Amino acid sequence: MDLCTNFPMFSIILCLMCGVVCSVLKKNMARYVTYGLLTVLVVLSAAVLGYTVSIDGSFIYQMGHFGAPFGNELRAGVLEGVFTVFFSVIMYLSVIAGEKHIYEDVEESKINLYYTLICLMMSSLLALTYTNDVFTAYVFVEINTITAAGLVAVMGNGRAYFSSAKYMIMSLLGSGLLLIGITLLYDVTGHLLLSNIKYAVVTSTIKEYAEPFTIIIALITIGLSIKSALFPFHSWLPDAHTASTISSSAILSSLVLKAYIVLLIKIYYRAIGWETVLETGVNDIVFVFGIMAMIFGSVFAIAQKDVKRMTAYSSVAQIGYIFMGIGIGNAAGVVAAVFHIFAHGATKSMIFTSLGGIKEVSRHSTKLDAIKGAGYRNKVASVAFAVGAFSMVGIPFFPGFVSKINFADAAIDAGGPKMIVILVALAVSTVLNCIYFFRALICLYTPVSDPGGRLTEEVDNTKPTAKYIGAMAFFIVANLFLGTFSDMIIKLITRGLSMFS
Amino acid sequence: MQAVIDYISSNLFEGVAIILFGIGFTTLFLHPNLIKKIMGLNIMDSSVYLFLAAKGFVFGRKAPIVTDGVAEMESYINPIPTGLVLTGIVVSVSVTAVMLALTIRLYWRYHTLEMDEIMQIIRKEGK
Repeated sequence: MDLCTNFPMFSIILCLMCGVVCSVLKKNMARYVTYGLLTVLVVLSAAVLGYTVSIDGSFIYQMGHFGAPFGNELRAGVLEGVFTVFFSVIMYLSVIAGEKHIYEDVEESKINLYYTLICLMMSSLLALTYTNDVFTAYVFVEINTITAAGLVAVMGNGRAYFSSAKYMIMSLLGSGLLLIGITLLYDVTGHLLLSNIKYAVVTSTIKEYAEPFTIIIALITIGLSIKSALFPFHSWLPDAHTASTISSSAILSSLVLKAYIVLLIKIYYRAIGWETVLETGVNDIVFVFGIMAMIFGSVFAIAQKDVKRMTAYSSVAQIGYIFMGIGIGNAAGVVAAVFHIFAHGATKSMIFTSLGGIKEVSRHSTKLDAIKGAGYRNKVASVAFAVGAFSMVGIPFFPGFVSKINFADAAIDAGGPKMIVILVALAVSTVLNCIYFFRALICLYTPVSDPGGRLTEEVDNTKPTAKYIGAMAFFIVANLFLGTFSDMIIKLITRGLSMFS
Repeated sequence: MQAVIDYISSNLFEGVAIILFGIGFTTLFLHPNLIKKIMGLNIMDSSVYLFLAAKGFVFGRKAPIVTDGVAEMESYINPIPTGLVLTGIVVSVSVTAVMLALTIRLYWRYHTLEMDEIMQIIRKEGK
């Protein structure tokens, strides 16, 4: 099974090639190519995961067979395998569920370019997960930014261009900070490969370079948290999510934001070293912002009248959970944060795509008044929304519950004032989540009476397509799987994180 | 006094790079005009390249291009930062192109380049 060691490189190259090919194909052909690509990616990523689990370790793919300090490398362990399987599956489901909307929202002659963006986005997600080289990571961060800005701008109206420009500007601020952080890291350690940087940090330099290291860690952390919309830097997120088509919102929220957090965890564990990060105290700052995001994201969400915008603000709160988990500073916290990446990714993409179905039976609006009674008009989408809401609030058997339990466990492990702050914040945030998600849910299932006194069937009585129903069913199954078989996933995460260091 | 001058002159490029980074970052973040924002972006990126190039250069040494036999290691500089600068320039050209394309579209639609004016127009249209 040594063949599997070639799969990471192969899947990245395949994505880039499919992206190029899609740009010259007709729209339906481009769609088939993209679906084919995503199917192949799921299989390849699963093979990589299976291989790493079977050898119970990680492997390194050297590009061009140049040795460690000079060449460029890809690395895959258990955690990378889980991440790539997750990224490809969620991408697949989001694109299939939003297919009808892509065809409606995007200009006829440019639909193939949407699939080009999807392929390139996938390549950057895979590369960010697999790469072992900080500068390659920077290049793919920029590819990710460009494609994400493209996904926001696809609607082609002024609002979409404005949101895209705003997203681009915030994102470029983040990249600038990340780039100077990486530059400083290279200057201090003299290496670009994560494992070599770690070696340089461990052997000598940290004592004499304590101040530069604090600055490097702070710059990289702030840069990546701007890009993944941590609380004070979240202003671009709601606009970008609201202005784009339904698949784009799902992809932005579940995958794009998460890829940067994956990169951050990788840099923490594999380049700088978790102990060094803890010594500098940057994780405490991340912790404070995470807690603030949990509360304020939910408070902003309550103020929204549009369910799509509300869900976008809920993403701000959930990103806060993940950063809070990283900020706790013990191993259990990071495991909980990584699990929440999966939980939130699976749930939020389902909520966004279910809103697509609700929108088409509610006069093409997702305002709270408009969606009244949509639960009777599009049953599949509404059930999916309900499952998503249960998960985000934290009802048992859904993934949101498992991650909340894990966060609480990690808090009790940590002890001290952090424990009290986390437990209080978790409780407050859960109540706030309840308020806005259940308000939307009650709206969905409020029967609307017409003057004749019976349920309205007249409003855009469009039937969901078979593909949409299939994708939604798969989403619900995936969420229930994450919620009930969480032990297995957490075991894999723990094993993967231990391989990181 | 002499010590301060020595310190500055030995870190001249790095100091300039950091000042330029600050100028570029602030312009990109705070200036309302989209074209000025793009200028800020380019200043910010260029400052990082100046920093990298300064770190990779040693006075009196030359690029490691071997033409007439290999000299001892001390006569060459490290070529990797230069390579990184080239890669970085390619990246910043692409993001600048995307930003300019968005700016053109926004100008066609709203006939202004100021972000805050565009935001006001969008708010008015929303109601």
